[in-house]
Amino acid sequence: MQLTASRFATIAGLWIGYFFLEGFDFGVGVLLPVLGRTESDRRVMINTIGPVWDGNEVWVLVAGGATFAAFPEWYATLFSGFYLALLVILVALIVRGVAFEYRGKVNSDRWRANWDRAIFWGSALPALLWGVAFANIVAGVPIDKHHEYTGSLLTLLNPYGLLGGLLTLGAFTLHGAYYLALKTDGSVRTAANALARRLAPVVVLVAATFLLWGQFRDGRPLSWALTLLAAGTLVGAVGASWKGREGWAFALTGTTLALTVASLFATLYPNVMPSSTDAAYSLTVDNASSTDYTLKVMTVVALAITPVVLGYQAWTYWVFRKRISNHHIPAAQSLVPAARSSAEPSGTTAS
Amino acid sequence: MSSLDLARWQFGIVTVYHFLFVPLTIGLAPIVAIMQTVWYRTGNPAWLRLTKFFGKLLLINFALGVVTGIVQEFQFGMNWSSYSRFVGDVFGAPLAMEGLAAFFLESTFLGLWVFGWDRLPRRVHLATIWLLALGVNLSAYFILAANSFMQHPVGVRFNPTTGRAELDSITTMLTNITALATFPHVVAGAWLVAGGFVLAVAAWHLARSRDDADTVATFRPAFRLALVAVLVSGAAVVGSGHWQGQIMVDQQPMKMAAAEALCHTEKGAGLSLFAVGSIDASCDEVKQVTIPGLLSFMSENNTGATVRGVNDVQAAMEKRYGAGDYIPSLPITYWSFRLMIGLGLVTILLALAGLWGTRRGRPVQRWFARAATLVVVAPFFANSFGWIFTEMGRQPWVVVPNPTGPDTVRMLTADGVSPSVGSATVWTSLITFTLLYAALAVIELRLMLRYVKAGPQPEPVTSTDDVEGAPPLAFAY
Repeated sequence: MQLTASRFATIAGLWIGYFFLEGFDFGVGVLLPVLGRTESDRRVMINTIGPVWDGNEVWVLVAGGATFAAFPEWYATLFSGFYLALLVILVALIVRGVAFEYRGKVNSDRWRANWDRAIFWGSALPALLWGVAFANIVAGVPIDKHHEYTGSLLTLLNPYGLLGGLLTLGAFTLHGAYYLALKTDGSVRTAANALARRLAPVVVLVAATFLLWGQFRDGRPLSWALTLLAAGTLVGAVGASWKGREGWAFALTGTTLALTVASLFATLYPNVMPSSTDAAYSLTVDNASSTDYTLKVMTVVALAITPVVLGYQAWTYWVFRKRISNHHIPAAQSLVPAARSSAEPSGTTAS
Repeated sequence: MSSLDLARWQFGIVTVYHFLFVPLTIGLAPIVAIMQTVWYRTGNPAWLRLTKFFGKLLLINFALGVVTGIVQEFQFGMNWSSYSRFVGDVFGAPLAMEGLAAFFLESTFLGLWVFGWDRLPRRVHLATIWLLALGVNLSAYFILAANSFMQHPVGVRFNPTTGRAELDSITTMLTNITALATFPHVVAGAWLVAGGFVLAVAAWHLARSRDDADTVATFRPAFRLALVAVLVSGAAVVGSGHWQGQIMVDQQPMKMAAAEALCHTEKGAGLSLFAVGSIDASCDEVKQVTIPGLLSFMSENNTGATVRGVNDVQAAMEKRYGAGDYIPSLPITYWSFRLMIGLGLVTILLALAGLWGTRRGRPVQRWFARAATLVVVAPFFANSFGWIFTEMGRQPWVVVPNPTGPDTVRMLTADGVSPSVGSATVWTSLITFTLLYAALAVIELRLMLRYVKAGPQPEPVTSTDDVEGAPPLAFAY
C-alpha cells in the first residue's frame, strides 16, 4: 500500500518536473512569433532555452517509462486509449526538436521561417494536449472491464478537457513569458513583460474556472488545499511581475504549475484512471500497479539517481544563468555555400 | 491488413529508422571525445578543427536519434498494450532506468557541451563530451537488456493468478547472458558505422585536396583514427557475433535454423553462403552453396556438431506449445543474416584496403575515396539487417519461451497488440510517421552532405567593437 502510494507520488513528481521545465520552453516556442519581431530577437529567445530544452523534455520520457515500470496497466490503458492525441504530441515534439537543431544550419530566411512555424506548432499543440489529457484522466473516461478505453479522440475534446488544455497552454505561455523576462535583456525583455501583463488576467480566469470546476466535482481536503495554494501562487506571480520582480514571477508560475499537477494527482488518488463507464472498472494504484519487488527496485534506483540528475540539471542552469540580449548573438554560423572558397585558409584559429 | 500487421509494420519502420541514427551517435560521440582529448593534451589546432567539424555532424545526426526515440518510449503502450500489461512488471524497469540514468545524462551534457565552449573551463568542457558518450552507451545497455528479455526471459516468473510476468531478480534480468553478448556486438557495430563514416568523410577531403597542406594536416590523423576504429570494432563485431551465435543455438534454435534455412537436423552442418530459388520449409527447391562444417563450428565451436533444423524445432514446439506455426519467415531471416554479415565484412575490407593504400605516408587515392563514399552506407544497413534478423527471427513470439529454464513466461506477437486500437487508427499513424520520417530523412541527408562537403569552418573572429564584457556566445542557435 505504502509503496504504491509513494510510486504514485513519484509519477506526480516527474510530471511536476516536466510541467515546470518544459512548460517554459513550450511557452518560449508559443511566444516565438508573438515576441520575436526580428531575426535577432527570435535568436535571443531560442538561445535562452537552447542548452536546456532537451534535458527538460527527458522528464516526460522518464514519466512515461516510470509509469510503465510502476503502473503497467495505467501505461497500457492510457497510451493505447489516448492514441491519436499522443500521435499529435509525438509528431509535434519530433518536428520541434529537429527545428531547434536545424533552424540555424542554413542561412536562408525561408528555411528559418519554416522551422519557426515548426517551433510554434510543435510547442503549442503539446502544451494544449497535455492539459486535455490530464483533465480527462482526472474527470474519468470510458473504460471497460478489461481496462480498455472505449472512447475516441472526440471523447477527449469535451468542455472540461478543452478548458484543461487552455489552462496548460495559457499557463505555459505565461510561464515562458516570465522566463524570457528573467533570461533576456533589451527588446525581448520589454516585450515579454508587457505581454505577461496582458496575458495574466486571462490565465487567472481560465485557471480559476478549471480548478474550481474540478474541485467542486471531485475535490477533497488535500486537493482543495493544493488548489488554493496554486491559486495563491498564481496571484503572487502576477503581483511580482507588476512590481518588476522577474525572478519571483517565474518561480511562482512554476510553483503554480507544480501545485496544479499535485492537486490533480491528489484528486485522482487512489484512482489512476477512473472509468466513467462503471466505477468498478477504474484503474487504481493497486490494480494497475507492479509487484512490490519491482516497486522496491524502482524506488531504490530513483532514490540513488534522482539527486544526481537534479544536481547536474541545476548546475546547467547555473552555468547558463546570464541574461542573453541581442549583442550576444553572433553572426549566423550557418553555411553560406557560395561563400566557401577552397583557397581560404582554415588556420585562422591562431588569432 | 489487420491492425496486427499494421502495428508490426509501424514498429519495424519507426525502429529501423530510429536505429539508422543511433549507431552513428553511439560510435561518433566517443570518437569526437577522443578528438577533443587529443586536442586538450597536445594543443594541436587540427584536432580542435576535427572536434568541431565532426561535432557538428554528430549534432545533426543526434537530433533525429533523440526525437525518434520518443516514439520508441511511447509505442509499447500505444500499439502493444496487451504486451505492456503482460510484461510491464519486468520490461518497464530497464526502460525507466534508461530514462533516469542515461537520457538525462546525454541530453543535459549535450547542451553543456554544445553551448559550453566559452563558459566552462577546458577540462570540465572535455568531461561533458565524455559524459555524453557514457550516456549513449548506458542507454544502449538498458535497452538491450530489455530486448534480451524478449529474446530470452530470465530473472522472471509467471504468476498464474494474474496471468502476468513478474520480476524475480533485477540483477539476473540485467545480467542476462543474451544482453552481455548483444551489448558488445551492438556497440562494436556502432563503432563500425561511425568509423566508416569518419573514414569516408576524411578520405573524400584528402583525395579532393591532396596538395592542400591544411587539409592533409587536419584529415590525415582523422583518417588513421577511423581506420583503427573500423578494424578494431570489426574484429569485435565478428568475435561477439560468434559468441551470440553459440548462445542463439541454445536459446533460440529456431532462429539459427531459420538463418541457415536448414530444414532438417544435420551433423557437421555447412554454412550456407547463398541460395538459388525460393526458400521455404519444404526444402525442395533450394540450391545452396555451402562451406562444409562451418555452421556447426559457428554453433558449437566444433565442425562435427549437430545443428537442429527448422522442421525438427517446429515439431518440438508444437508438442510443447500446441498446434501452430512456429517458423519465422525463412527468406527474411536467411537473407537479412547474410546481408548483415556481408555488409559488415565489406566495411572491414574497405578499411584493410585503406590501410594498405596509405601505408608509409602514401596519400589517399581517388579510387579509395570513391569506394569509401559508396561503402559508407554498408555498416548502417548491416545494423538494420542485424535487427531485422534478430527481431523477425524470433517470430511468431514477442517473448520467446526460455528453453533452458522455466518457459512459462512467453507471449505470441499476435497476443501482444492493443485490442482497442483499430486498423484505421494504426493506418493513420503508420502513414503519418512514414511521411514525416521520409521528409526528415531528406532534410537530414542534404544538411549532412552540405556540412560534410564544406569541411571545417574557420573560427568566427571575435571583433574588438563588442560591448564591454559581453562578447558574443561561442555557440548560438
